[in-house]
Amino acid sequence: MIDPGASLQLMAVALALFGGCAGLAVIAPRRTFAFVYILCIAAALLALAVDLTVMLTGSVLSGRLPLGLPTIGLNVRLDALSAFFGVVVNFGILTASLYGLGLNRESELSPRVEPFFAAFAAAMNAVLLADDAYSFLFSWELMSVTSWALVLARHEDAESRRAAHLYLIMASIGTIALLFAFGGMAGPAGGYDFATIRAARLDPLLAGLVLAAVLVGTGSKAGIIPLHVWLPLAHPAAPSHVSALMSGVMTKVAVYGLVRIVFDLLGEPSLWASATILILGGASALLGVLYALMQHDLKRLLAYHTVENIGIIFIGLGLSLAFAASNYPELAALALTAALFHVFNHSLFKALLFLGSGAVLHSTGKRDLEELGGLIHRMPGTSILFLVGCVAISALPPLNGFVSEWLTFQAILQSPNLHLLPLKVLVPTIGAALALSAALAAACFVKAFGITFLGRPRTDAARQAEETNRFALTAMGILAAACLLAGLFPGLVIDALAPLNSALLGAHMPTQTSMPWLSIAPIGASQSSYNGLLIFLFIIVSAGLTAFVVRRIASHAVRRAPAWDCGFPDLSPNTQYTASSFAQPIRRVYGKTVFSAEEHVEMPPPGSMAPARFHVTLRDHIWDALYAAPAQQVLSQARRLNVLQFLTIRRYLILMFVVLVILLITVTVGT
Amino acid sequence: MLPSLTSFLGQGMQMVLVLVLAPGIAGLTRIVKARLMRRRGPPLLQPYHDLHKLIRKEAIIAESASWLFRVAPYLIFAFSWVAAALVPTFATGLMFSWTGDVIVIIALLGSARFFQTLAGMDVGTAFGGIGSSREVMIATLAEPAMLLVVLNLALAAGSSRLPAIADHFVAQPLAIRISLALALMSLVIVALAENARIPVDNPATHLELTMVHEAMVLEYSGRHLAMIEAASQLKLVMYISLIVCLFLPFGIATVNDGFLAWIAGFAIFAGKLSLTAILLGVWEVSIAKMRVFRVSEFLSVAFIFAFLAIMLSFLTQEVLR
Amino acid sequence: MNSAYDVSHFLAGLMLVASFALLYQDRILAVLRTFAVQAIILALAVAWEAWVQDRPHLFITAGLAFGLKGFVIPMALHRMIFRLGIHREVEQVVGVGLTMLFGLGLVALSLSLTLKATTGAPSLAREGLAIALAIILLGLLMMITRRNAVTQIIGFMSIENGLILGATGARGMPLVVEISVAFSVLIALFVFAVFVFRIRERFDTVDVAALESVRGDRQ
Repeated sequence: MIDPGASLQLMAVALALFGGCAGLAVIAPRRTFAFVYILCIAAALLALAVDLTVMLTGSVLSGRLPLGLPTIGLNVRLDALSAFFGVVVNFGILTASLYGLGLNRESELSPRVEPFFAAFAAAMNAVLLADDAYSFLFSWELMSVTSWALVLARHEDAESRRAAHLYLIMASIGTIALLFAFGGMAGPAGGYDFATIRAARLDPLLAGLVLAAVLVGTGSKAGIIPLHVWLPLAHPAAPSHVSALMSGVMTKVAVYGLVRIVFDLLGEPSLWASATILILGGASALLGVLYALMQHDLKRLLAYHTVENIGIIFIGLGLSLAFAASNYPELAALALTAALFHVFNHSLFKALLFLGSGAVLHSTGKRDLEELGGLIHRMPGTSILFLVGCVAISALPPLNGFVSEWLTFQAILQSPNLHLLPLKVLVPTIGAALALSAALAAACFVKAFGITFLGRPRTDAARQAEETNRFALTAMGILAAACLLAGLFPGLVIDALAPLNSALLGAHMPTQTSMPWLSIAPIGASQSSYNGLLIFLFIIVSAGLTAFVVRRIASHAVRRAPAWDCGFPDLSPNTQYTASSFAQPIRRVYGKTVFSAEEHVEMPPPGSMAPARFHVTLRDHIWDALYAAPAQQVLSQARRLNVLQFLTIRRYLILMFVVLVILLITVTVGT
Repeated sequence: MLPSLTSFLGQGMQMVLVLVLAPGIAGLTRIVKARLMRRRGPPLLQPYHDLHKLIRKEAIIAESASWLFRVAPYLIFAFSWVAAALVPTFATGLMFSWTGDVIVIIALLGSARFFQTLAGMDVGTAFGGIGSSREVMIATLAEPAMLLVVLNLALAAGSSRLPAIADHFVAQPLAIRISLALALMSLVIVALAENARIPVDNPATHLELTMVHEAMVLEYSGRHLAMIEAASQLKLVMYISLIVCLFLPFGIATVNDGFLAWIAGFAIFAGKLSLTAILLGVWEVSIAKMRVFRVSEFLSVAFIFAFLAIMLSFLTQEVLR
Repeated sequence: MNSAYDVSHFLAGLMLVASFALLYQDRILAVLRTFAVQAIILALAVAWEAWVQDRPHLFITAGLAFGLKGFVIPMALHRMIFRLGIHREVEQVVGVGLTMLFGLGLVALSLSLTLKATTGAPSLAREGLAIALAIILLGLLMMITRRNAVTQIIGFMSIENGLILGATGARGMPLVVEISVAFSVLIALFVFAVFVFRIRERFDTVDVAALESVRGDRQ
């Protein structure tokens, strides 16, 4: 395909294209900003081609430019890990830009906002290429700032402003944590480039602190509980294709950061690190989907789901670290492949679902599930593609979501090889949590698809919706096709990840393409195996056979009639199930413990014509305990310290004098 | 891995076999329940007659139903049939039995349930919503327990492929193992929940507010209803053959054993199925249906048993190392 | 070796399941029945140990457990409940599901701890101790998550069941100690019963939350 040696130059061209269209749009907004998306598509295609070549050949390219800080320069490196994440990122950018082409030039595109899209794309690619701490943090911050500007696109809306404010704070906390982490790794000698860091050895206490800082830094961007609070506000506030990028792709860049630092730079994995990551992953998977079930805003639901899927990825990463620490590199490769396959899958189906919700928002102007319904009749194309996304994200065969879930379970099955008994008991617990979150995810998407597209329309906006434009449908179609292909031919993806595994862990999964009938087998054909293509063919053949037989022997008569509804049909669409009523059984079972959910019913006195009211309260304990309470404390302390603003001159002098004396005492005692 | 003709033939026979036996098992359970309640009950072959009747009838479709409503029965039936065909019944080593990974089988049933619940919501009535929301709640409670049971067995046998697990347990000497007993009880509870049997759901109820599974299919009629009924009967047979294959695997032939061994295997399998159907009938008559929110406590028992089974097997492993 | 281990493991596992069953019940009569079943399983387990380890005095322990705890104590409590007209539902502090999840965590904890602390001991002893510790912890859990005084008595008794299981496995307890422990538990039962009568007379309820209002040190 492309000569690997020329890859870095080609990546530079791609980045220039991204940056260039951002610049052009700033300089000559009225005439050129509409071309932003076309240039982005071209740049993304180029970058995609380069990344695929590098990933499949497993080459490593690095270079150093005399820019940036004088002592280190700007180091860039393109290896299999960067290339894999580059494929994920650029594919997402490609489909999001395709969707963007379909946006209405007058009402939806804005010369103030679209340049940030291109800059965002460039920044994400730059993070993947960075090979020293400075360029990494610079690109990371650029990514945060450009996406913040995109979140603020509809700044007239108070909700968007609040979301952007919270996002900026969390992003800053994350960057500070990463700064500490890199500082810890570089040490007093100040070797900030990754090559030096890779060679250095840290003592265990420092490594533990660095790991905690890295988890805070990358975890806040990825959306791990309890650092996820900005996600459900920021992702919905941005325009739909940007939400697709933020949820589907930017979170993966954060995962890249974690994998790069923990697997590559920190070197020796420890069992405690793996247990921490496992527990964080399990908690995120479970709590993320429970939060999602309680939402009735389509985009917030999808954003909370991202938290769940990042949890699943972290579970795979934690397992990989545990196996690596116990000296089983092939099993570590299995777990890492499961995690990275899920990275790929999630970027596909989350982008598909966000683009679909964008199409719904565009057609009806509504995001709230309680105001939609019956869209399958008005928007047939969108509904089929959204259905594919729902089936994929619920981890159902034969689509791709099931494959990464199956691989994770296979890794969990290998847990008896771990030596520590608490870890051996922890892993099946996490497995049970994973199964629970998968079942809850299926429930959540039955709710999302069922309330939005099925049933009868609940408002006029839903009754009069129109199908979306062909660019959006093409973008969604490409993603849906990719979901199907990844589910039918998972062996190709696993083999593509093999060079990556060899580089990071020293071993890789057995070559899948030699397996019989294109199935995948994690350990060897004698043990478990899964064949997506075969299952798919089986289902098609069974369904076809059934349809054929039924056509031959059954009656063909079909009659349309009003719904049976047990003999009490109701014309009003308000009597059908709403989103919160669908979630009620699950809320009754899990909501009491997790959200202190309470239902209040106000019945009017007999004879009164007033309506009865039903009302559910949920409390977000994580927000209350970890954010609201400390913020309250800080504010009250700050108010106390306010007194210092209004001292007399003599008091200020006393203050200065006291501080000076304390300083001198400290110096005396210290030396 | 070239398929031999015998294994291909065997696989085809198994697919037809489960399809043919499924309504009979449902009929057997019904007749046992009726006799225990001192009624005569319908004839044993009544479910076949019912399916035949439904297929010949006109399908009435609600005005607000979409294409999903008409396609869903085919998909549900196909998913259930493929899952049932992958569980070894009278012989292991059949042509596609190596794709019979337990996790895949559970996930295929999950797909069937996904489309079933969507179909329940399609017409836009309140009863469909009741059925779908309760069904997904029960599924979320049953799946973790099921997975832990699978984990337990796969940890013991070293693989999650059904034939491998079956072979492992056939080769074991007869011994009392509490972790297996707990896993069996857990799997039985999960099977009761997934097949909408008492005490989780009453398949014979006509009160809509007590329905779970029946409420989702309230709007179906004609050939669509026939396919859905057949699919739920297939699911029951699949669960029974799963339990039998994992915990009572004696008598299963291998693909190369010859035709006589196959006949014997088939007879033993039919015997095990009938016995389980009779036991199910006796159980359903002896116990009352629980109210919906008590079901979560019942299923948590399954989860506890499965988890205890894993911990006890870890304990044995460590202590006897 | 294998069949000896298998049977004792089976019986110990059944006792553990009975402890969880005690946590699951929400009616007092069912709690009493489950406790009686646990005592009978304990008697079987101790009898098996007596046979396998060839220590005939353990048969006496088994007999005591069977007679006293399997029949006498549950029947006495049964009569007491009917005599006092005690409210027969057990109120739980935390929901059943959450309690059982805590129970699972406690089992995992006791397994990890015992296995770590007893490396090198004979396998029957290790397994017996691990499950015994789990039963003790579950009995304690039962005492703290129930509001009814009778269930707290049962919880206390099940702790003692666990102790006996552990002691027989570890080959530690001579007969004299065993008998004195059994008698002290009997005396404790009488004291409990007397108190329960008194509480019932005073407050018309045996919900221990009612006692809070008369604590001496409250301001």
